[in-house]
Amino acid sequence: MADIKLSAHNLNLYFGTKHILKNIDIDFSKNKVTSLIGPSGCGKSTLLRCFNRMHDLTPDAKIEGILKLDDLDIYKKKYSVTELRKRIGMVFQKPNPLPKSIYENMSYALKLHDFPKNELPHLIESALKESYLWEEVKEELKKPAVKLSGGQQQRLCIARTVVLRPEVILMDEPCSALDPISTRKIEDLILSLKRNYTIVIVTHNMQQAQRISDDVAFMYLGELIEFDTYENIFKNAKKELTKNYVSGHFG
Amino acid sequence: MPSVSWNFISKLPTEGMTKGGILPAITGTVLLTFITTIFAVPFGIACAIYLNEYARPSVLTNIIRASIRNLSGIPSIIYGLFGLALFVQALRLGTSVLSAGLTLGLLSLPYIITTTEEALKRIPTVMREATLALGATQFETIRDVVLPKALPGILTGVILTLSRAAGETAPILFTGVAFYINGLATSFNQEFMALPYHLYMLSTQHQSIGQVRPLAYGTAVVLIILVFIMNCIAFYIRFKQRTQD
Repeated sequence: MADIKLSAHNLNLYFGTKHILKNIDIDFSKNKVTSLIGPSGCGKSTLLRCFNRMHDLTPDAKIEGILKLDDLDIYKKKYSVTELRKRIGMVFQKPNPLPKSIYENMSYALKLHDFPKNELPHLIESALKESYLWEEVKEELKKPAVKLSGGQQQRLCIARTVVLRPEVILMDEPCSALDPISTRKIEDLILSLKRNYTIVIVTHNMQQAQRISDDVAFMYLGELIEFDTYENIFKNAKKELTKNYVSGHFG
Repeated sequence: MPSVSWNFISKLPTEGMTKGGILPAITGTVLLTFITTIFAVPFGIACAIYLNEYARPSVLTNIIRASIRNLSGIPSIIYGLFGLALFVQALRLGTSVLSAGLTLGLLSLPYIITTTEEALKRIPTVMREATLALGATQFETIRDVVLPKALPGILTGVILTLSRAAGETAPILFTGVAFYINGLATSFNQEFMALPYHLYMLSTQHQSIGQVRPLAYGTAVVLIILVFIMNCIAFYIRFKQRTQD
């Protein structure tokens, strides 16, 4: 296997007494797109959110196991969660731009992390270009971000993550609220981003998983059933459950 | 209505209240509301932020919430007595506009906390997660996203609460209001005149009730207009917010 960027070992997660994730062992390779697939409620998003500690504010979530970014223990007490989230960015299911202008959406995180002021315009421009949004918004950076179309908003959210130059980008069904054309644009974007970033994406769409992934992980009822390259998962899955799911027999 | 004129709202009362205006009562009420605002608004909003954003659900926070709801049901005269005991006597602030303002502040707190918490609850989780995922702390998220988004809702609640407080009589009765003050209130430790109490005195306690009746009605009109203006502001803010969404 290639370089491992992000990993989880013996990961168990509980919400109160409910056991949501069961003994997950998974390694995500560097500069690859890994898709998490599985029926609703199987814990894909929950797993994804473990990696940037989004469960920290959930009152009764309990996490056991070791999660690592390179050699760094993600849940180490001394390591600041804000620094971690700078290195592991996240894009959500519904586009959620800040109630500010396009430019401020981009500059917000940069200012939080004390990037020098005079570099901001340059950084923002290159991140927007990388997200194929620059041509569409360069004339109207002062416009409120919520005025953009859904697809543009989602690309802005990706650009907003990219501008921090994270190492890993987590995406939680980034296309589920978008039309096919916007989805297409985002998929192209994901493929071009993988040169520089490690991407983990949750998706419900089998075609999408085939189009964009290098590796695919199939989850069912909180367990990781199978994890392999996308050819193996879609063409000769070892487990019956995986076969049935990817061929559309259930889920 | 004919008794309401520019002179009525801009002159001091003369000849044992039977002539002249109600300027000191208007400035008294404004000053009083100002003190109430300074005390109750920051404290109330801070409480609501703590309850809604930081406190984890537990028996304790449930008890706190239930107490706040109960406090908003207590008759205002009880607040008056409490203010008399606490501010006037125990803290030795005397019967003054400060004591009365703080008492009204106590009365307003539960309403401000409740309405602010409701406004904060309406902000969807995905909004908070947006900044959290960018590496903002919880405090930065509240400051930069949650509060600006919730502000119209909070302001509406605050203004409605204050307009109610401005019209209250009972809580200020024991804590600092006076029937007649020679001149305008100039400092916080003085007694003061206020519109609701002025109205009460003119309509029930004055020795020549028949003669001051027009003044009483005039006072009522001024009070209603003041409260109405505040409510209009609240309505306007809510209207603007709705058109924005």
